[in-house]
Amino acid sequence: MKLFLRWTSLVVVLAAAALWFSAGANCGWTKNSVPKKIVDEVTGLDGITYERRFVPGVDFVGGAVLAAGILAGASLLFRTKPNTQLKP
Amino acid sequence: MKLALHTLMLSVAMSGAVTAAPLSFDFKDPKGVNNAVFKLDAPLEAINGSANGVSGTVMFDPANPAATTGKIVVATASMHVPNAMMKEHLQGGQWMDVAKFPEIIFEAKELKNVKTAGDTTTADAAGSLTVRGVTKDVSVPVKLTYLKDKLSLRVPSQKGDLLVIRANFAIQRADYGINPGAPKDKVSDTVDLTLSIAGAAPQK
Repeated sequence: MKLFLRWTSLVVVLAAAALWFSAGANCGWTKNSVPKKIVDEVTGLDGITYERRFVPGVDFVGGAVLAAGILAGASLLFRTKPNTQLKP
Repeated sequence: MKLALHTLMLSVAMSGAVTAAPLSFDFKDPKGVNNAVFKLDAPLEAINGSANGVSGTVMFDPANPAATTGKIVVATASMHVPNAMMKEHLQGGQWMDVAKFPEIIFEAKELKNVKTAGDTTTADAAGSLTVRGVTKDVSVPVKLTYLKDKLSLRVPSQKGDLLVIRANFAIQRADYGINPGAPKDKVSDTVDLTLSIAGAAPQK
């Protein structure tokens, strides 16, 4: 169990970091939509529409690190089985 | 002969008066391009958002742009920021309270410092701005571009003119009671606003 929790915490951190990097390493807040400019050729105005897209931010990475810390901390609650095998 | 000459002069004067009548431009945009962008500085990342629920009417006389008056309304429920939780806060009671104050209204009563070059007029639009039910007198630098007979390029079934208005200005959120308790080192008091809108005056 101890090992399982430690491995899980590592996987959580790595997965969050990979997702954050792959989405463009956004150093701002997490976004659920991203603005997209549309140009009206007649008036020359820039319009804005929003595209639904999840872009993880530093709060997402921070949350993942916190969750991983809790998992790793919980692993300390489990005792390591004593090695009962006697050396010859 | 004298009577005929007077009649002719009167009819010429009247036709001149008809052509010089201000046009009524409707800013309800079927293409959804009209928008108001707002920006507030914050430590991690500036809060950027926009609203596209723009409507209103502007009376514009191409022969006398200085006489322009009008009212532009922005629906607060159309305000959007990319973060869902931030949007909930923005539209909530402490910030814009969209349920209680559904509209932001700018009413231009007169133009000052008017400069016209070709189809473009720059001026300071003096009027009132109402946000969260608080009305204050403001002077907003505006740029008006009159596009004669260009409506059909946007809406093929209609003939008429377009009026493009661009404005950049700033307000202090505390002046309008927009979450005055929010610390200014976390979210700036200054709200930068950019208005980019086009109105249509169809031919009748």
